[in-house]
Amino acid sequence: MASVSVPSDGSTRGLFRRPAATTGFWSWLTTVDHKKIGILYGVTAFAFFIIGGSEALLIRLQLAQPNQELLSPSVYNEVFTMHGVTMVFLVVMPLSAAFINYLIPLMIGARDVAFPRLNAFSYWAFLFGGIFVYSSWFLGGAPNGGWFGYAPNAVLDPTRGMTFYAIGLLMTGVASTVSAVNLAVTILNMRAPGMTLFRMPVFVWMSLVVQFLLAFSLPIISVALFELLFDKRFGTHFFDSVAGGDPVLWQHLFWLFGHPEVYILVLPAMGIVSEVLPVFSRKPLFGYQFVVFSGIAIGFIGFGVWVHHMYAVGLGPIANTAFGISTIIIAVPTGVKIFNWLGTMWKGDLTFPTPMLFSIGFVSMFIIGGLSGVTHSVVPSDYQQTDTYYVVAHFHYVLFGGAIFGLFAGMFYWWPKAFGRKLSEGLGKVSFWTMLVGFNLTFGPMHILGLQGMPRRIQTYPEELGLTFYNLVSTIGAFTIALSVLLFLANVVITHRKPRGAEADPWDARTLEWLTTSPPPEHNFDEIPRVHSLDEAWHRKYAETEGGAVVPVPAGGSGVAVEHAGGHEGGHGIHLPSPSYYPLVASIGMFVLGYGVIFSWLLAGAGAVIMLAGFYGWALEPSAE
Amino acid sequence: MRTRMRWVWAVVGLAVIAAACAPNAQQDSLNPQGPYADKVYDLFVPVFWIATAVFVVVEGLLIFFVIRYRRRKNRPAQMPPQIHGNNRLEIAWTILPALILAGVAVPTVTTIFDLAREPEGNALEVNVMGHQWWWEFDYPAEDINTANELHIPTGRPVLLTLCAVGLGYEDKPTPSDCQPGPPDGDQPAAIGDGVIHSFWVPELAGTQDVLPGQANTLLIQADRPGRYSGQCKEFCGLSHAYMKFAVVAHAPDDYEAWVRNEQADAVTPDPGSLAATGMDVFLNGQCIACHAVQGLEDANGNPVVANGGPNLTHFADRECFAGCWLPTDDAEELARWLDDPAAVKEGSWMPDYGLTPEEIDALVAYLHSLT
Amino acid sequence: MQESAAVHAFESEHEATSTGLPNTKLAMWIFLASDVLLFGALITSYVVYRGRSIVGPYPNDVFDIPYTSVSSFVLLASSLTMVLALSSVQRGDLPRLRLWLLATALLGLTFVGGQVYEFTTFYEEGLSLTTNLFGTTFYVLTGFHGTHVAIGILMLLTLFSLSFGGRITQRDSLTVELVGLYWHFVDIVWIVIFTVVYLVPTGP
Repeated sequence: MASVSVPSDGSTRGLFRRPAATTGFWSWLTTVDHKKIGILYGVTAFAFFIIGGSEALLIRLQLAQPNQELLSPSVYNEVFTMHGVTMVFLVVMPLSAAFINYLIPLMIGARDVAFPRLNAFSYWAFLFGGIFVYSSWFLGGAPNGGWFGYAPNAVLDPTRGMTFYAIGLLMTGVASTVSAVNLAVTILNMRAPGMTLFRMPVFVWMSLVVQFLLAFSLPIISVALFELLFDKRFGTHFFDSVAGGDPVLWQHLFWLFGHPEVYILVLPAMGIVSEVLPVFSRKPLFGYQFVVFSGIAIGFIGFGVWVHHMYAVGLGPIANTAFGISTIIIAVPTGVKIFNWLGTMWKGDLTFPTPMLFSIGFVSMFIIGGLSGVTHSVVPSDYQQTDTYYVVAHFHYVLFGGAIFGLFAGMFYWWPKAFGRKLSEGLGKVSFWTMLVGFNLTFGPMHILGLQGMPRRIQTYPEELGLTFYNLVSTIGAFTIALSVLLFLANVVITHRKPRGAEADPWDARTLEWLTTSPPPEHNFDEIPRVHSLDEAWHRKYAETEGGAVVPVPAGGSGVAVEHAGGHEGGHGIHLPSPSYYPLVASIGMFVLGYGVIFSWLLAGAGAVIMLAGFYGWALEPSAE
Repeated sequence: MRTRMRWVWAVVGLAVIAAACAPNAQQDSLNPQGPYADKVYDLFVPVFWIATAVFVVVEGLLIFFVIRYRRRKNRPAQMPPQIHGNNRLEIAWTILPALILAGVAVPTVTTIFDLAREPEGNALEVNVMGHQWWWEFDYPAEDINTANELHIPTGRPVLLTLCAVGLGYEDKPTPSDCQPGPPDGDQPAAIGDGVIHSFWVPELAGTQDVLPGQANTLLIQADRPGRYSGQCKEFCGLSHAYMKFAVVAHAPDDYEAWVRNEQADAVTPDPGSLAATGMDVFLNGQCIACHAVQGLEDANGNPVVANGGPNLTHFADRECFAGCWLPTDDAEELARWLDDPAAVKEGSWMPDYGLTPEEIDALVAYLHSLT
Repeated sequence: MQESAAVHAFESEHEATSTGLPNTKLAMWIFLASDVLLFGALITSYVVYRGRSIVGPYPNDVFDIPYTSVSSFVLLASSLTMVLALSSVQRGDLPRLRLWLLATALLGLTFVGGQVYEFTTFYEEGLSLTTNLFGTTFYVLTGFHGTHVAIGILMLLTLFSLSFGGRITQRDSLTVELVGLYWHFVDIVWIVIFTVVYLVPTGP
């Protein structure tokens, strides 16, 4: 928090010589470039996606037949907990963060985020938080109380697993909070000249809403995790019913975070789809303002629906009614978005490259997830469905059919921008169809399983319950998804053996990031573009005549295309933030401190000292020289 | 796009065939067997069809647009009209779903309050205590304590008061013990460290969570005699999957007979029989530290009333044991359980006492004699 | 917040931002808004468990309201000295800046010292973190606040020592202002905590 500034004449230095490498190993460790950090987020999140997906396959193998003993209950509980923790905190959030980091400055015409070193710190804190949680496998057992970590079960469990969960998620929470502040400031403050709020691409808008959701929901889960940590480590009584405590307090705190979290996970994907659909429909987004406002509305209402996770707790009919109705209300802005996407495709000139396929897949799967979500507002109906596989099906339709499909659309769409190479379309289409089929085979039957009486989080089930057939179908589906992900990885490998050659604007796109080269230079734009309208890049290429027909603008003809906000000529004299060791040092300190809290106060002290040293070095170091 | 359609039809067809050949599920929320389950089902069905209709319309529109507005090979690519939006349409598709949802909200709210209403007439009251990982059922008026099988008469509402308890509570717990102690310095009600469970017998009612430190209520009723499968729904630790139970509904006369049998003291085995040996093992070992058997006395002449584990007075009258996971009449399973409980249900609080095979055989015989 | 240097080096110093607010200031406001939720959740935990402890000591057994009132006043007074520090740096009056920064830090230290003393006394009277719900929620809530104050003191002392090296001058008044924002926030939170924890009666 120390906020100290120094003259920028370079007369002062940190303790170490400044890192200078811009390529190679050290450049990645010390980078403050939002594009490199975005790629780091993406690669890390995808690695965790493979791990979390493998955990899902283990779950599906265990449940493929009744009474199997592949995973013992203790291992099964660890595996399903880590699957949830991984997919929510270490995959979808950071994968969204990858897009947000990489794209926001490009889309708003900035050279970097507001606080580049803070951005690096966010990444490292997230990475170490993830490693911290995973290291528990080797240090006495992984978290085993579910990603929702319900007290008192999480407190009473004799292993250290849930302590690792609490500390690890506190670390990723710090990462996300810091990054939320950073990116919110970036979006609000660093827009190119002319880029008013309502000329921002929808993806930027959704990212802004997400940053505020993060900033206001993470502190709540942080307090809950802190209380859990204290109960487990120091014997306090926050969730101890014997001492008069109330285990439901955890549920309130957790879901007060947990429900906004759902929108944190899905809004970036909605933003991606809102960028992709117009490009491949060759039409502007239908009802831009409605999409933006519905996103904001979802953000607000998202804080008022948390009890729909808790209808069966016994809070009484009045509370259940109130939250049933708020859940109904949040369905409206969500529905509006779907109609707007349909409106975008209406009368368009549709082509179906892979990003478009994944976006349409997103819309069609999200319709299913949204409709099964509406049934959660029908409280008595939820008395039956809560904690069954019906709910598992519902949120996978939202978070996989929704978020993951959207993120895959984004990867195929922006891959040429980030890496200068287009992913193979043929392989991409095959992996889309495999994923769509695998996804529906896996999660479709779970609706029926839940209604037919299969509770969540059970390690096995007896044959008499008659659940065998659909469980087997679901397992087959899961391996189909795995095949699709393998195809995607093969696609990446094959693509990166080919030379670069993507044009700046391979899709005939609409937003600013396509104005610069693929991949963009370190300083993003040689000259900061001046923005005149929504879909600026498109308006530089096409003009609408009086009669409504659309004609291409001859290069340089309108004068718009060459007009820039100016400031720097030809990329010379642009001051970019310099790389720094300190974000890494500070996050290593936090990492060590985390182990210290569990194992030894000496270690904790060392971690705190390293962290403080990192922050001080950072505060005293000029951001660029 | 024809391939896409083909896929859609293939998936739909597969689902239909699959649904047709799926075996009868035993714990099926779509098979209500009493008025409380009916109310939920009667709400679920119309909502399901409304959702299906919306699904067909919206998904149909999407597919129609994909086909209708795709770029065709034989036509030159041409920039479509740049439609930015249409406020009237926007307002329409904001209001239309809102109206549909408001229509759904009305029956939802009435059903919520309907289900929360006190039952009319003479409800049977049963206290339900959730343990890791079995269910205790206590009938205060009938003075019956049993486990894993909840017996009820048909046609009569049953008011359940539920709470979760842990190890190490004193005396016979009642749900009043679920309330945290008063703040004036009294000792807390000794309920031990319970974790959250959830009581669910889908054919008779919706779910009710079972909490430590809070008493919840739930109404169930069965219209026909039968055995209704139930299960703990809230993740409660290692053997969560093995925490099942059954509700056994009897015609009123049969229920009265069951009550009379349960109220009776445990059967004493014939002297010299294997079961009698088993009774000695039971009395002289650690069993009586946790298990009650009504009518039995220990070596010092004290009644056997401990209640850390299930009451075994009429053990053999129950079809299942160990959280209703294993069949009682299967002597092999029972022997396996007595030999090492945690090997059958991981984390089981019942320790492995290192019983010899002879002792186990005798115990099985004794337990099977407790009808 | 560590990035105010960026304002100088990365952008040219007075380059306009889209909102007109400096990045660091906007960041501080968003961070503080987020921190409100943090204290909100902690205070909620305290309020939910008020009067639910099963064994003593209870609040009325340990609280010494006059004592805590005095230390609260000390903390509030530090907001005044913080304002004076900011106006000094804006005028370019560095000696006064040092004086008021030091005064603010010392008042903060007095408060934290008072809190340490209070904790010690309570502990000796039998209230530990694990005694009852009151101990659990009280120590965690006020401890969290105390940690915030301690971080603030660290920042104040850092500014104080930097001012001797010529690293805090009139043109760095924004940095002082940011630390001030944080400091006032911590004070305001204490007013809420003091009212909720100490002044609102707990009943029997």
